[in-house]
Amino acid sequence: MTGTITKDGFEKLLEARKLTKIFGTLKACNDIDLKIGAGEIHALLGENGAGKSTLVKMLFGALQPSSGDIAWKGESVTVTSPAMGRSLGIGMVFQHFSLFDALTAAENIALSLDEKPPLDTIAARAREIGQTYGLPVDPDALVGDLSVGERQRIEIIRCLLQNPDLIILDEPTSVLTPQEADLLFVTLERLRSEGKSILYISHRLEEVRRLCDRATVLRHGKVVGRCDPRTQTAASLARMMVGNDIHVIERLPAEETDRIPLIEVNRLSQRPRGPFSVALHDIRLSIIGGEILGIAGVAGNGQGELFEAISGEVLQERPEIVRIRGIDAGRIGISARRKLGAAFVPEERLGHGAVPDMSLTNNLLLSRHSTDRKMFLTGGVLKLVSESSLASAAKRIVTQMDVRKSAENPDASALSGGNLQKFLIGRELDRNPSVIVVNQPTWGVDAGAAAHIRQALVDLARSGSAVIVISQDLDELFEISDRIAAMVHGRLSESVPIDAMTMERVGLMMGGADTTVGAA
Amino acid sequence: MMRIEIVKRPQHSALFSALSPFIALFLTLIAGAILFSILGKNPISALYSYFVEPVTEVWSIHELLIKAAPLILIAVGLSVCFLSNNWNIGAEGQFIAGGIAGSILPVVFPDFQGWYVLPVMLLLGMAGGMAYATIPAFLKVRFNTNEILTSLMLVYVAQLFLDWLVRGPWRNPQGYNFPETVQFSDSAILPAIWPDSGRAHWGFVLALMAAVVVWFMLSRTLNGFEIKVLGRSSRAGRFAGFSAGRLTFFAFLVSGALAGLAGIAEVSGAVGQLRTSISPGYGFTAIIVAFLGRLNPLGIIAAGLVLALSYLGGEAAQISLGISEKSARIFQGIILFFVLASDSLIYYRIRIVSRLGDPALKGA
Repeated sequence: MTGTITKDGFEKLLEARKLTKIFGTLKACNDIDLKIGAGEIHALLGENGAGKSTLVKMLFGALQPSSGDIAWKGESVTVTSPAMGRSLGIGMVFQHFSLFDALTAAENIALSLDEKPPLDTIAARAREIGQTYGLPVDPDALVGDLSVGERQRIEIIRCLLQNPDLIILDEPTSVLTPQEADLLFVTLERLRSEGKSILYISHRLEEVRRLCDRATVLRHGKVVGRCDPRTQTAASLARMMVGNDIHVIERLPAEETDRIPLIEVNRLSQRPRGPFSVALHDIRLSIIGGEILGIAGVAGNGQGELFEAISGEVLQERPEIVRIRGIDAGRIGISARRKLGAAFVPEERLGHGAVPDMSLTNNLLLSRHSTDRKMFLTGGVLKLVSESSLASAAKRIVTQMDVRKSAENPDASALSGGNLQKFLIGRELDRNPSVIVVNQPTWGVDAGAAAHIRQALVDLARSGSAVIVISQDLDELFEISDRIAAMVHGRLSESVPIDAMTMERVGLMMGGADTTVGAA
Repeated sequence: MMRIEIVKRPQHSALFSALSPFIALFLTLIAGAILFSILGKNPISALYSYFVEPVTEVWSIHELLIKAAPLILIAVGLSVCFLSNNWNIGAEGQFIAGGIAGSILPVVFPDFQGWYVLPVMLLLGMAGGMAYATIPAFLKVRFNTNEILTSLMLVYVAQLFLDWLVRGPWRNPQGYNFPETVQFSDSAILPAIWPDSGRAHWGFVLALMAAVVVWFMLSRTLNGFEIKVLGRSSRAGRFAGFSAGRLTFFAFLVSGALAGLAGIAEVSGAVGQLRTSISPGYGFTAIIVAFLGRLNPLGIIAAGLVLALSYLGGEAAQISLGISEKSARIFQGIILFFVLASDSLIYYRIRIVSRLGDPALKGA
């Protein structure tokens, strides 16, 4: 063990002075000062695009600062590469895992090590570290068979094998159930007690308050605040991040409508379509107008497959398996389902919901060419594309959803994630659909835009439409849903009314352990 | 220490999109000049006789149009394929299939004569190319077979079939055993546009018409939109409700029809009979034409003329410089190489930075 430093000492382990990174004309990081003491969990807070990733990449050696310098254990250093970062003692666990599904855990770990000890040695050390830090993992298991939580443990073990003094964690709980997150916190507290430092990037304010000793808040590439998160409230932290009060979602009680289900799924079962696809088992759901069903679940439990089945990108065996406004739709494609009044917003924006190198107007046509044929297409059978009506419709959506863009009609890939998502949701809302299915509506979207999107979905439901929101963000689901169900291993639990739902219960449902309702 | 960085542009560059073919041509001329000087020729006069001399006389401009017609026709069809992510490399085979199918009437039924013969021949030519292109399309859609391999292999099948046909059952009995069919009758010959000044035939006009029609389809219609969406992202295409399989058939049928039309137009307009050697590799050169023309049918017209020039230049160079006409192939290869290289400038920009940070920005 390296750092045997008193816990309250906060001896400077890493100090960044006036770190600046410029991309073209954009100052992604602007004169950032950051001090991390030994044996502390230091939170790095900020909205998407605040400069957190850029800052961390500079510390880790993946990016070179344009100016400013970094001191490591009191000595000025230039971290030229991640390999050098590792040799200094800086380890990083990325948000998106870099593991090979077809290899075992131990083989994956071996790939990242500089020296090449035999696999047995690695497996033994991995087991030992796993036991010490409460990260149980079978080194001989194929990564493809492991849950997301287990994969994250492999990444952390891989990082700990290098014996780092500073561990950087990028949004580690975004893929975990609340129970799995609790286990992770125990591990992190244990590491802290051994004098290791952790730079913890997150936008989940409650866990930052619970776990972290100090916090540095970034906004627009600048440090806008430093605080002890334990003395703050979630709201005061959020204010620091966003710069003003976050819009609170208004949710009027659902009106009693005539209770006709607008979208139904009856006994949907489906085999996996590829090696990394999940089978669906006997999924049933039914939503009436005015209602929002939230579907919770850890990524990779069949949410994407369910979305594609309801949207009609994948057809069902029998027509009655999916019913839209009472009409059997299981054997008709996505365009025909849209014509029945349904709308869909997939999880991936670039390459699924939008074509990256096509303009916004073209991307508007992408999902609207069949439902709004009269508006966007002229010339009868020739189906000529009417650029002028596309442009005016795009303009309407941009205004309605407050989409910020740099050019009149930019490519989809030129928009930030949040702005593109606002456009893609606005594209569907603009039709006033009677059913909308949205997968991860605010994933990677900054707080302001997320509130805007959630409010738009709530408003749509209150105007009489049925809404399905598939999300990993439990706070979001509690904020907008009328009922919540959870997906685990391709099964959907019974839904529970929001009044009867608790964080703990949804966590159990996501783990597949809620026997009171799961088996029904 | 310096290094060169390739940085992705946030938005693709319209400037370099237009400039890239010209950069490529410029670099090709430089590479050609180097090549000629290595061969011991004066590069300036060599380039002159290669690229300028062929267009200084009226008759050779006619020859240019004759060579350009099949290149443009085929490349326009290929642009539909390539834009929709269907890699049809077998246009040469579809060209031959069109030439054979279109020749059925004048070879097997030489007694049929009249105004209707030529239209029927052209339609049969298109049908032959389409039928031949259906094979790789079907294999791709039904069995997920790689269309690059199947369409390419079918080229050799078509070449050998043509060889067998004109040496065997279709050989001209009065042809002194040359591997040729009978000469087509007048009603089966695609006429010259300006018969007084040269032999350029109506195939070039057909090529221009095809280019304009396909350009209109690609740029103005939902069908063109579907092609571009599925070509860039099959998943987004599925989300839009477009069928990738249907489009694969459509793209192969269009390009097969145009390659087949080019085949029968060449046989009927430029050659006048079916022979083993009806194509100096038009179907392959058209791939270069399609890319040099930025997969835009109007750009393809210009690119087709440029590549046609390389064929004439090769012949001219053989006569005046004593260089093998195969040098035309080298030029065509160099052009394709530089076109693909210059295209990366559309999505990426190049900048030179020092090893530690960016001095240009540091100084600012």
